[in-house]
Amino acid sequence: MEALNDFLARRGIYTLVMILFFLGIYGMVLSKNYMKKLMAMNVMQVAVIFFYLCFAQKEGGMIPILVPGDVNPLDYINPLPHALMLTAIVVSMGTTGVALALLMRIKENYGSIEEPDVLRRASK
Amino acid sequence: MIVQDPRPFMAVGAAFFAAILVAFSRKYPNVRETWSSLGAIGMFVLIYSMVGDVMNGTVFESTLFMLTDNIGLTLRTDPAGMIFACLSSLLWIPINFYSIGYMRNNHEAEQTGYFASFAVCLAATCGISLASNLLTFFVFYEILTIFSYPLVLHERNEEALSASRKYLAYTLVSGQLFLAGTVGVYCISGTMDFTAGGFITMDMAPVWVLQLLFILMIMAGSVKAAVMPLHGWLPAAMVAPTPVSALLHAVAVVKTGAFAVLRVIGFVFGPALLSQIGMADILAWIAAATIIISSFIALKQDNLKRRLAFSTIGQLSYIVLGASLLTPLAIKGAYLHLVAHALMKITLFMCAGCIIVRTHLHNISEMNGIGFRMPVTMSCFAIASFGIAGTPFIIGFISKWNLAMGAIQAGKPLFVAVWVASAMLAIAYLMPVVRMAFFRKPPTDDPRQYGSISYLMLIPICFTTLLAIVLGCDPELFPPDFYELATTAANKICAGWGGGW
Amino acid sequence: MSLATHAPVFIVLLPLTASLLCLLFSRVHRKLGSWIVQAALVGSFASAVSTLYAVLEKGSHTIHYWMGNWEPPIGIEFAVDPLNTSILCMITFLSLVISFYGKPFLKDEDWLHYGGYYTLYGLLTVGLCGMVVTGDVFNMYVYLEIMSLSGYGLIALGGKKSMLAAFRYLLVGTIAASFYLIGIGYIYSMTGSLNMADISVRIQPFVHTPLFAFSVACFLIAFGIKMALFPLHGWQPDAYTYAHPGAAGLISGCMSKVPAYAMIRYFFYVFGVNNPVMGGLLDVMGIMGVCGILIGSFMALAQFDFRRMLAYSSVAQLGYIAVGMAIGNMYGFIGAVLHLINHAFMKSCLFLVTGGISYRFGEVNLYRLGGLNKKMTVSTVAVCFAVLSMVGIPPTCGFFSKWYLMLGAYEGKQFIYIAVLVISSLLNAIYYFRIIEQMFIQREASLTEIHKPETMFGLPMEMVVPIGITGIGILALGIYSMNIVTYVLKLGLPEVFLR
Repeated sequence: MEALNDFLARRGIYTLVMILFFLGIYGMVLSKNYMKKLMAMNVMQVAVIFFYLCFAQKEGGMIPILVPGDVNPLDYINPLPHALMLTAIVVSMGTTGVALALLMRIKENYGSIEEPDVLRRASK
Repeated sequence: MIVQDPRPFMAVGAAFFAAILVAFSRKYPNVRETWSSLGAIGMFVLIYSMVGDVMNGTVFESTLFMLTDNIGLTLRTDPAGMIFACLSSLLWIPINFYSIGYMRNNHEAEQTGYFASFAVCLAATCGISLASNLLTFFVFYEILTIFSYPLVLHERNEEALSASRKYLAYTLVSGQLFLAGTVGVYCISGTMDFTAGGFITMDMAPVWVLQLLFILMIMAGSVKAAVMPLHGWLPAAMVAPTPVSALLHAVAVVKTGAFAVLRVIGFVFGPALLSQIGMADILAWIAAATIIISSFIALKQDNLKRRLAFSTIGQLSYIVLGASLLTPLAIKGAYLHLVAHALMKITLFMCAGCIIVRTHLHNISEMNGIGFRMPVTMSCFAIASFGIAGTPFIIGFISKWNLAMGAIQAGKPLFVAVWVASAMLAIAYLMPVVRMAFFRKPPTDDPRQYGSISYLMLIPICFTTLLAIVLGCDPELFPPDFYELATTAANKICAGWGGGW
Repeated sequence: MSLATHAPVFIVLLPLTASLLCLLFSRVHRKLGSWIVQAALVGSFASAVSTLYAVLEKGSHTIHYWMGNWEPPIGIEFAVDPLNTSILCMITFLSLVISFYGKPFLKDEDWLHYGGYYTLYGLLTVGLCGMVVTGDVFNMYVYLEIMSLSGYGLIALGGKKSMLAAFRYLLVGTIAASFYLIGIGYIYSMTGSLNMADISVRIQPFVHTPLFAFSVACFLIAFGIKMALFPLHGWQPDAYTYAHPGAAGLISGCMSKVPAYAMIRYFFYVFGVNNPVMGGLLDVMGIMGVCGILIGSFMALAQFDFRRMLAYSSVAQLGYIAVGMAIGNMYGFIGAVLHLINHAFMKSCLFLVTGGISYRFGEVNLYRLGGLNKKMTVSTVAVCFAVLSMVGIPPTCGFFSKWYLMLGAYEGKQFIYIAVLVISSLLNAIYYFRIIEQMFIQREASLTEIHKPETMFGLPMEMVVPIGITGIGILALGIYSMNIVTYVLKLGLPEVFLR
């Protein structure tokens, strides 16, 4: 029990994030619907964002907005990963946008976004 | 004395530019063939202008550009290289005129590509003969491979296709093996410059590494020199037009292989080292076996060109055998045989081509009595056949004499027996053709149509035959003095090594 | 501060600005946008060349360009050294040359498509150059995504089937980007820095930890996917085959090379290959490379579509680069970098020719190329050069990269690589000489023309010139390879080899 608590305290959140990440990949590989693949892709990207936010955390830190008078860095959590993830979120939104546009064209062309249907029609 | 002189590259460049000009004058056959002839003459004049100085010990050297930081694309004239360069540039002139006659009389297609590839092949051969280091050698070796491929493919039919594939497979494999060997040699020795007597020493690497590298590099040469069992491409490549067979498969490509063997043995490993690592004996036995086996196979061939091809395989192994005996006389004989065989075999092939153009006959069994209709051609054929067999007063005798003396010098008189046997066999497979031509009555109702005589084809045949006889009577007659060049080259290779008696 | 000191940033900035403005100007005049992008590419190429001169003047020093004059590791920097400037020159040159090539395909398009194509094209160049020039790990991620997103767009423009290829590539490419982010995350949590030069110092205490091993594995997967290294190449054949023919040259030539460059940058310059984790990783890469070379070649043998064959051949050729890295000594490294540059030219050339064939005949079946030597002379000659280079015949450039790889393999006593290189040359010969045979031998031209020849070379001048230039480039790179190696690459060797 002690060991489990210790594990959860130190690694628990990372384990969850990794599970989320691989769930995303699992979904991308195994789902048969392109829309679902796209959603799984977003899950995966969210996992990466969580991962960054997790290691930015620090015990006793608060959100990185400067409180007048308090310049001790230990009082704030690391702002850099947050800034990085803002960029990553923008990128992931862009990717999703492109993917949706492509999906619409696929739907126009093949009349379906189910993988077996599309593949069957594409191979003709 | 080393002189920086651009002439070696100018000689290569003459042939190369001739090829480019030929390619651009597709629409004007006369202009095109003029370029080709000018290229041939230009190349010969440039090479010939260096011969005298080379024999006096001058070395002309020039570097076009650097291939790596310390290896350049460098050509250098040494006696061994000059033999081959003189030979190929000299023989290009008759074969060029012969080609013009053959292609026109036979109404071949794609003549532009043919003449252009032909000229590039000669440029590459010249580059190979004068290359001063292994990498330059390899560059031209591969260029030769690539540009002789369209020549084999010339007919553009199924047979030519499979022959060209076979040809490419053999030669590219050999090229890659040569490259692997070259890399190894460079890594253990740090240099690539050909040095008479070899630049590799025993302390550079373990013996098995040296043996492995030797096998790799010799295999590369042996493929092109068609040493059995690596000869498969040569008979197949006989589908090419006859001038191609004559020049490339009796002079340029196969001689390049033999020349590569000589270079590797004499200028990379050196006789002294080879006698220690003991690979030369194996090569000698393989070559001896090739001589005998190929002669027997030649006996059974009915197609004239195929018979000549197997004869070529045997004769080339003379050179390989001579090189692997590692004695001064044997190596000298090998260099001389390079020249002798080229002169005789080119004559034989040109005669075969003449027969094809005039009568469209390929098989020996159909040739009864054609000597009465084509007396000059068949006389030349007979003379060259005697030369192949080693009759005195024809050039083949001199080289064989030296080779045989070399075998005795090496203390291996058994190989003399190989040469004698092979001479007998040569009589056996070439004389029936002459007998068919002259001592059989032509069929009374001769259905064969004889084309008109083309002097463009006849004169080159007479020229090479005459040259074979003249050089056979007096090998030191005039420069290019092949005999003296060969002696110098062999002595340089064996200098400081007490091979022989 | 003269203009020349800002050259590194102009390489990226000029095409970025131009492609953002491109659509606006295209609205005014259909072709105006494309001219602006092309002008920016000229500027970009000029900046790359001037940067190269500046770097070589200083010897082996790295020029650091600080964005907004913020000092690293706080600020973002562009770090240029001989290695990446030479690759920058290659990318900008190819991009400039190929930018002309797309025009005949767009002849009948409206302003939106015309401008849109060039916007994406410019952004692709931005992404490629940015990834190479940057000295900041996260900045590289951003450029990676710019490159990928514009790449998806250009692939999707290629026609009906290309949507699917682009969508799949998008999914796989996003996985790669996510792995890259995770890798960065671990590196950042170990070192607290995002600057490459800074990381290379701070990472040293951690190089034996499992965390480090995990992060380099993430990098390997990420860039392995992007450069289509063997088991991760699944997206690539479709994407290359159906990409817009105007941009396929750039996509196939550069898009897989830049991740390879990133891998070289990380493994050799940032992490250093002289620790056991990297040693093991390089062995894995060697195995991947060898498998890629062999299986890629065999798959290429089985193809009927010219472009698809080339795509599989790319898998094999990228295996060469991986093998060069895996050899792990100076010559192997030089071989890898040289092959990176050489192969970009060869593959671009071949894809440009296939684009030309599809422009004129509407299909690129390998077995219906008959009589091409008469109809498209320049293209045929260029293909011959490229084929000889692929097989490794001197003096074309492909020989020299192979030469250095062999030299490296021999020095490292890794004879298996020599055997693989020899075998793969022969496999290359088999499937590339098939093309030459088809072009020259098939007499009856079974192809129906959809575009009549407009010039004596059989294609519009905008297409002939790029094909000719890349073809000549193959030869020139071979002849000047000594200069490239001695005066450029050897000055930029990673520290590992200098000790």
